[in-house]
Amino acid sequence: MSTVKESSPDPEVAGTGAYTWTGKSRQWFLRHLPPDKLLPEDQPSYVATWAYVFGMGAVAGLVFIIGSGVVLSLNGPQWYHVSSLGHFTNSVHLWSVELFFMFMVVHLWIKFWMAAWRGGRLLTWITGMVAFLVSIVTAFTGYLLQTNFDSQWIAFEAKDALNAVGIGAWFNVANLGQIFMWHIMLLPLAVGAVVALHVVMVRAHGVVPPLDAAETDAQLCDSNGTSPEPEANQP
Amino acid sequence: MLELMSQAPSPITPGTYFGWGDVMIQSGNLVVIIAMLVLFVLALVLPFPGGRSRK
Repeated sequence: MSTVKESSPDPEVAGTGAYTWTGKSRQWFLRHLPPDKLLPEDQPSYVATWAYVFGMGAVAGLVFIIGSGVVLSLNGPQWYHVSSLGHFTNSVHLWSVELFFMFMVVHLWIKFWMAAWRGGRLLTWITGMVAFLVSIVTAFTGYLLQTNFDSQWIAFEAKDALNAVGIGAWFNVANLGQIFMWHIMLLPLAVGAVVALHVVMVRAHGVVPPLDAAETDAQLCDSNGTSPEPEANQP
Repeated sequence: MLELMSQAPSPITPGTYFGWGDVMIQSGNLVVIIAMLVLFVLALVLPFPGGRSRK
């Protein structure tokens, strides 16, 4: 009976669950994102350099941004504009953003000079660029929420640019309530989703090897002993 | 409410600007850019702690 199950091409008979969308999804995830790839226990030796630290530094900054942002949103502007603890939490939010962007830009420079889109990692590169762009928009809406003359200046300079490209009618930087919702709801979800996708792509494809290790490093060979992907076939 | 708002600081200052011909940049922005360049260079030259003992 078991022999029939193993050899049958019918997934219902074989008991693989591939005849349901949940079963198909499970098989797809296990094939493309196996647990040992998502949560590896070690990394190749070339990862032990400061050049590979800044991506996770940016993620750490993002964790602090989201944590302090949640506290700010739970207590509201009258708390974080007036009380000492509110000022402190507001400052943690700001300086986390500063570190997030600084680490992200250094990460971008290093990965650019490493040509980190090699070896089928083009989508990893693209999701990183999208994360950078969405983060800029999110930070921009944050500066609009200072509710002082600085934010008023930024808003009224920006509204001309946004009107010029035709999106000022539904992304109105002079509408504080609308920008508040963009900043604490829609844009954080977008940043979180794109960054999560970026990290999953890094896990799925592995961290990019240094340029001079791509052809010869034995650690790039997989467990079956096959050679690494040739550079000529990479995008 | 007005009393609360009056306690809020108004830290709006123009800041310090540096200029070379057509190029002008605020001191804070210049510091951030220099810090990123320094981080980039240090990441390439500084040894990583424990790096040699790994496989």
